[in-house]
Amino acid sequence: MTARHHMNPALVAIVAAGGAVGSAARYGVSHALPAQHGLPVGTLVENLLGAFLLGALLEALLRKGPEDDRRRRLRLGLGTGVLGGFTTYSALALEVERLWSGGDVPLAVGYGLGTVVLGFVTATLGVVVGARRAAGRAAPDGGAE
Amino acid sequence: MIVLLVSLLGGLGAATRFVVDGWIRSRTTGGLPVATMAINVTGSLLIGFLAGGLASGALDPDAYVVAATGFCGGYTTFSTASMETVRLAQEGAYRRALVAGLGTLLLTVLAAAAGVGVATALL
Repeated sequence: MTARHHMNPALVAIVAAGGAVGSAARYGVSHALPAQHGLPVGTLVENLLGAFLLGALLEALLRKGPEDDRRRRLRLGLGTGVLGGFTTYSALALEVERLWSGGDVPLAVGYGLGTVVLGFVTATLGVVVGARRAAGRAAPDGGAE
Repeated sequence: MIVLLVSLLGGLGAATRFVVDGWIRSRTTGGLPVATMAINVTGSLLIGFLAGGLASGALDPDAYVVAATGFCGGYTTFSTASMETVRLAQEGAYRRALVAGLGTLLLTVLAAAAGVGVATALL
C-alpha cells in the first residue's frame, strides 16, 4: 500500500471521469425514485446497488491475479470513480439526521442501521458473484467451487 | 444544466476522495479503514453545513443541489465503506468490522447534525 497512485494525474483524471458518470447516474436515480412515506428510497437503492456492484467488481479483479495497469484503471475508473460517485454516505447521514430531528426517530434508526446492514449483505453477495464469475471465466465448464 | 454541474462537481469530489484517501493511507497504519471514515465524516459535516445554509436562505436551492448532491455525493462513498467492512469480517476481525460499520454511521450522522448546527448559528 505504499504505491502513490493518488499522485498520478492520469489516474486522478480516470477517477474524476468515473465519479462524474456515477454522480450523474445518482442524480437521475434520486429523481426517478423520490422518498416514500419519508423513506429515502433513491439513496437506499443507489447505495445497495453500488455496494453489490463494487463487491462483484473488486472480487473479480482480485481473482484475476496481481494488478496490472489495465486492471488498476478498471478498479479506479469503475470502482473508485463510477461506483464511489454513484453511492453516497453524506446523503445517508443527512437524511438520518433530518428524520431524527424531524421527530421520526424509529424511521431514522431503521433507515440508518438498515442501510449499513443491507450494504454489508449486498457487498458480500457481490463478492460471491464476482468470485463465481472469475471462476467461471477461468474454467468455462464451471462448478469448481 | 443542473445535472451537468452535479456531474462535474461529482467528478471533482471523487478525485478529491482519491487524493485524500491516498494521502491518509500513506500516513496511517492499523486495522480500521480510517481514510474512508475520515472522508465520509468530513463530507457529512459539509453537507450538514450546506443544508443549514439552505434552510437559513443563505444558499439558493440550485447551488445547494450542485454542492451537496454533486461534490459531497461524489466525495463520500457508501460502496467502499461497505466493502472495507466486508473485508474486515472476511479476515475474522469482527469487532473492527462492527466498529467501522456502526462507527461510521454514528459519526457521520453526528457530523451532519454539527454541520447543520454551525450553519444555523452562523448564517
